Amino acid sequence: MLTNRSKQVVKREMTFMEKAYIPAIFSGMIITFKHIFMKKATVRYPEQTRPFAPVYRGQHVLKIDDAGAERCTACGLCAVACPAEAITMVAAERKKGEEHLYREEKYASIYEINMLRCIFCGLCEDACPKEAIFLTDRIVPSSFERDEFIYGKDKLVETKEHPVDVTKRQTPAVIEFKKDKKHKHNLTFLDKVTKTFNRH
Amino acid sequence: MEPLLIKVIIVVVLFVITLLVALYATFAERKVSAIMQDRIGPNRAGPFGLLQPLADGVKMIMKEELIPALANKWLFIIGPCIALLTALMTGAVVPWGGAIKIGDQVINLQVADLNIGILYIFGVVSMGVYGIMIGGWASNNKFSLIGAIRASSQMISYEIAMGLAIIALVMTTGTLSLNEIVMQQDAGIANIAIQPLGFLIFIVCAFAETNRAPFDLPECETELIGGYHTEYSSMKLGFYLFAEYINMFISSAVIVCFYFGGYNFPFQHVFAEFFGLSSNALSIVQTFMMFGKVFFFIFFFMWVRWTIPRFRYDQLMNLGWKVLLPLALANIFITGLVMWGMGKI
Repeated sequence: MLTNRSKQVVKREMTFMEKAYIPAIFSGMIITFKHIFMKKATVRYPEQTRPFAPVYRGQHVLKIDDAGAERCTACGLCAVACPAEAITMVAAERKKGEEHLYREEKYASIYEINMLRCIFCGLCEDACPKEAIFLTDRIVPSSFERDEFIYGKDKLVETKEHPVDVTKRQTPAVIEFKKDKKHKHNLTFLDKVTKTFNRH
Repeated sequence: MEPLLIKVIIVVVLFVITLLVALYATFAERKVSAIMQDRIGPNRAGPFGLLQPLADGVKMIMKEELIPALANKWLFIIGPCIALLTALMTGAVVPWGGAIKIGDQVINLQVADLNIGILYIFGVVSMGVYGIMIGGWASNNKFSLIGAIRASSQMISYEIAMGLAIIALVMTTGTLSLNEIVMQQDAGIANIAIQPLGFLIFIVCAFAETNRAPFDLPECETELIGGYHTEYSSMKLGFYLFAEYINMFISSAVIVCFYFGGYNFPFQHVFAEFFGLSSNALSIVQTFMMFGKVFFFIFFFMWVRWTIPRFRYDQLMNLGWKVLLPLALANIFITGLVMWGMGKI
């Protein structure tokens, strides 16, 4: 009786009005006719999309800084944090003359996320100390080949021409929380990691 | 112009219009069902999805033609042909509009003004059963056979009540010609006012005759996969589906002619005088009115289909034999009494 709409089922002979069908059919047809004017439950999808929730977690982006250099330093915390083990990376040292490409001395020469393994939990984003990886409201498109779901840097890193907006995931509260890296979330995160390691 | 040439033109135009209406009825069905279920419906092909029927047609033609190994090949092919042929033949006696005068020639917008139009329709509609029966039997498939048996028994049982409902109409109108029945409603009183019960019986039977919901037992997907057309593929399946929509179109037209004044509309002569229309112009307006009414009834068919669930088989037979048949007989009796009371017999 949660909804107060349950009806007692009575097994009895139908009354004459019910047996005549016509009144019941008529009332049914009025109901369907009313539905012609009701709001549609579906949208014209590719042209029209439904608004995502502000906390929606979709395809990842590797952010660049204002100068256009990659923020990621290949520390590997995201890969460690990933419960689905979807992230792989190879670190490399920045050469002279590459300062405009990479913000710090170490960078990820290969950074791959397997979108078939990824569960879009957002722990990589939590773990990142450099504000480099974010989950966005973009949907990972479907494909016929499994290989195509392994996203390399070509698909993950944003470009200056096409910046990816992550302000929805960087609310003032989040920024405030992330500022205090030493004492708060990095520590709690490390606790998480050690717990995970102990479990294995 | 040669009268024969005019007839040929009318036949071709009617043929094309019938196919077009059936084509877009498939589209309309999908749209109507979508709208009634709060969906949008097909909208990919062309603006508002208007090219969807063409896409469907191309899909049907391009599909693999499959004839089961143990099927009776010739009957298997003849089945859908008969279904489509009989569906297309029925439209011949329906008057689609008033007469058009060109010079001293009077052209009736009707293929054949048979004085036994009603009998012709009944004859052709009964032949439609063969299309389904032959197709279902030739498929050599249990589901098809059950569907065919259901279809034939259903159509034969409902034809009786339908015929009896029409007899009452024939009693009041005194003619078997569709053209005359329509012309008698010229004054503005449609036959529905005289024969409401007859109309009710007729429309219920029309639903059963066209094998549409709630009488779509011959092809109910949930029990019989597709009924008589389970084994059919490609354009032969298309023929069956098309025949159903053409039947719907023609039965709408017949219902309109019998009970809703055909191409006549209320106050048409006042209307014509008010706008100063010539009789030719009035005929064209009448044709539009005819099609308007027909389209409403096609919508009505769909409306019912997407509202009411299917009957159980015993309910169907009970309704046909124990309810509609006695009602139709009573209708004839009452009509006779009233006519006798009014001194018309």
